[in-house]
Amino acid sequence: MRVVVCVKHVPDIQQPRSLRSDGLLVRGGDDDTLNELDEDAVEAGLRTAEAAGFPAEGHDVTVLTVGPSAAVESLRRGLAMGASTAVHVHDDAVAGSDAIATARVLAAAVAKLHAEQPVDVLVAGMAALDGLTSLVPAALAELLGWPQLTLADRIEVADGVVSVRRETSTDVEELTAPTPAVLSVTDQAFRARFPNFKGIMAARKKPVTTWTLADLDLAESAVGPAGSATRVVHAVERPERPDRVLVTGDAETVPALVDYLSQKGFA
Amino acid sequence: MSEQENRAAGRVAVLVDHLDGAVRPTALELLTLARGLGLEVHAVWVGYSAPSAELAAHGADAVHEVAVDGADAQLTASVVDALQTVLPAIGDVGLLLVPSTFEGREVAARLAVRTGAGVVTGASGVAFEDGRWTAHKSVLAGAWDTACAVTGPLAVVAVAPHAVQAVAQDGAAEPSVVRHTAEASAAARAVTVVSRTRRPTSERPPLAEAEVVVVGGRGVEGDFSGVEELADVLGGAVGATRVATDEGWIGHEAQVGQTGVTISPRLYVGLGVSGAVHHKGGMAASATVVAVNSDPDAPIFEFADYGIVGDLTEVLPALTAELRRRRG
Ligand SMILES: Cc1cc2nc3c(=O)[nH]c(=O)nc-3n(C[C@H](O)[C@H](O)[C@H](O)COP(=O)(O)OP(=O)(O)OC[C@H]3O[C@@H](n4cnc5c(N)ncnc54)[C@H](O)[C@@H]3O)c2cc1C
Ligand SMILES: Cc1cc2nc3c(=O)[nH]c(=O)nc-3n(C[C@H](O)[C@H](O)[C@H](O)COP(=O)(O)OP(=O)(O)OC[C@H]3O[C@@H](n4cnc5c(N)ncnc54)[C@H](O)[C@@H]3O)c2cc1C
Repeated sequence: MRVVVCVKHVPDIQQPRSLRSDGLLVRGGDDDTLNELDEDAVEAGLRTAEAAGFPAEGHDVTVLTVGPSAAVESLRRGLAMGASTAVHVHDDAVAGSDAIATARVLAAAVAKLHAEQPVDVLVAGMAALDGLTSLVPAALAELLGWPQLTLADRIEVADGVVSVRRETSTDVEELTAPTPAVLSVTDQAFRARFPNFKGIMAARKKPVTTWTLADLDLAESAVGPAGSATRVVHAVERPERPDRVLVTGDAETVPALVDYLSQKGFA
Repeated sequence: MSEQENRAAGRVAVLVDHLDGAVRPTALELLTLARGLGLEVHAVWVGYSAPSAELAAHGADAVHEVAVDGADAQLTASVVDALQTVLPAIGDVGLLLVPSTFEGREVAARLAVRTGAGVVTGASGVAFEDGRWTAHKSVLAGAWDTACAVTGPLAVVAVAPHAVQAVAQDGAAEPSVVRHTAEASAAARAVTVVSRTRRPTSERPPLAEAEVVVVGGRGVEGDFSGVEELADVLGGAVGATRVATDEGWIGHEAQVGQTGVTISPRLYVGLGVSGAVHHKGGMAASATVVAVNSDPDAPIFEFADYGIVGDLTEVLPALTAELRRRRG
């Protein structure tokens, strides 16, 4: 079985983050890390492949990222967790791509991988904690022409059919589709394993392939700001909420809070 | 807008979210928002028997009902097939509004790939500015405000709940109702729905749509009854942090945050919630934030409009009782 997992390198959300004057996110800080939700995607990918016999010969879990040079760190993390190979699409022209343009690059890379050795499932996280659009997985399904099974919390693959369980805002669903399919996973079901020392050492020796746009036959005009149909035109740091009140309180201070709520129309 | 600008802006379409034949409250907000733009508004309803008078009262000039032939109509790809049939039939659509739910955003993503549209998610507003549709949204856990212009032929804007208040207008004209049929694409046909079970719903308003949300965190120590009581007095929904849902004190569907439900209620009340960034990212757009926490250094006090440093076992019952007393 061949599984490909999309992993994104993002600024650490515990650290202050900011936007540049052109509205793009400041990236490349020392604290940038693998998107936490993609650890769950790697875990889901590993478990799915393991159920079929990975890491035995003939099975493969590839981690794939599109990003600046530092993004290789996120690939190393995926390799340390157990992935067998890694692909880094790195091309300066990609900087500033919106979600759909990013998906275009990822889809071209997946198509190339698929041509080399067929892919059974492509797994993504439920969201990247920087852009938080959750647009990429569905866009990948559309671009590749593969069925979409997103927000899965259970995955089974057998005889060329993927079955997932997922929760929508109102329903619990069980869906099936033929492979190859595009999946995304929630943060609920695939608690990620922690890479051990052996895994970290082994990851240093595993191959990381680097591709540029030319390797993917993608024109520069298809990506970056030129290939994006959205553009940030204005970005300002939001002022602190004005007139904030902080009181040390007990039951005695509650009437003042209720006065406040009633001024706002809630009481 | 001048007439020339009006022409450049085109028509506005709204994908109407509905459940069991009833319009979701957020869809009425989207129609109200669309009506305020002063352009022709077309409501798109996947399925038949749309409540056209209600849609018209909130802003729809025309209602388009569309059945999808050959696949489950709720699948993302089917909804995209429906839109791809209806949008050209309406003609000249410059802006499509969808709800910023996971489902709505997935529809937006696939439609963008098919049509070259630009998508902005989590928008709190939209306007035609400098000859382009521009959406406003707050990002990075509410720390930054941005405006995002769409340069593609179609702007698809996924709108967050409570961007505007839904308002019905009196005396709206009967809308024209047009029926369409869409052929399901291969993408839609490829997915089989083996089962679909409705999750039990509570009497309280749905979390994402509620005007008031009362959230319990680790500090409630397993007992949500006080949180529920306060929510009921305020007519709101009950939410939780991931710690509370992971502990099994309440179902996962109550989780508020970046990996749970994103909320933007008029009032958020956090009880024993520290205000971790994963949580903040899903509630920072709340209009008014009230917090009760025993730790004066809790991060939530950095962005609460009204904070009480205190023990919630004392403050919470007193708050519920005082609200009840004033109501009489
Ligand atoms: C604050 C902010 C707001 C933005 N808003 C918008 C917007 O409204 N519309 C828009 O079109 N773009 C937007 N963008 C740009 C967009 O975030 C980037 O283009 C990004 O690369 C893809 O979208 P995402 O981060 O939202 O990913 P999501 O769609 O949330 O990511 C889901 C999954 O896709 C995979 N994935 C995503 N990106 C990569 C990658 N580079 N490499 C490997 N796997 C990946 C991961 O598995 C991830 O878990 C925004 C960016 C920022 C910083
Ligand atoms: C990938 C990822 C995604 C995540 N997504 C989410 C998400 O979507 N939503 C989410 O909520 N979290 C999410 N988290 C978890 C998040 O990081 C925090 O751990 C969580 O929000 C903390 O929950 P809490 O505030 O209930 O608990 P804590 O941080 O432990 O805070 C409890 C607070 O209660 C106060 N307290 C205790 N006793 C009392 C009392 N008697 N009276 C008053 N106050 C009291 C304490 O002072 C403390 O501030 C995510 C984490 C990860 C890694």
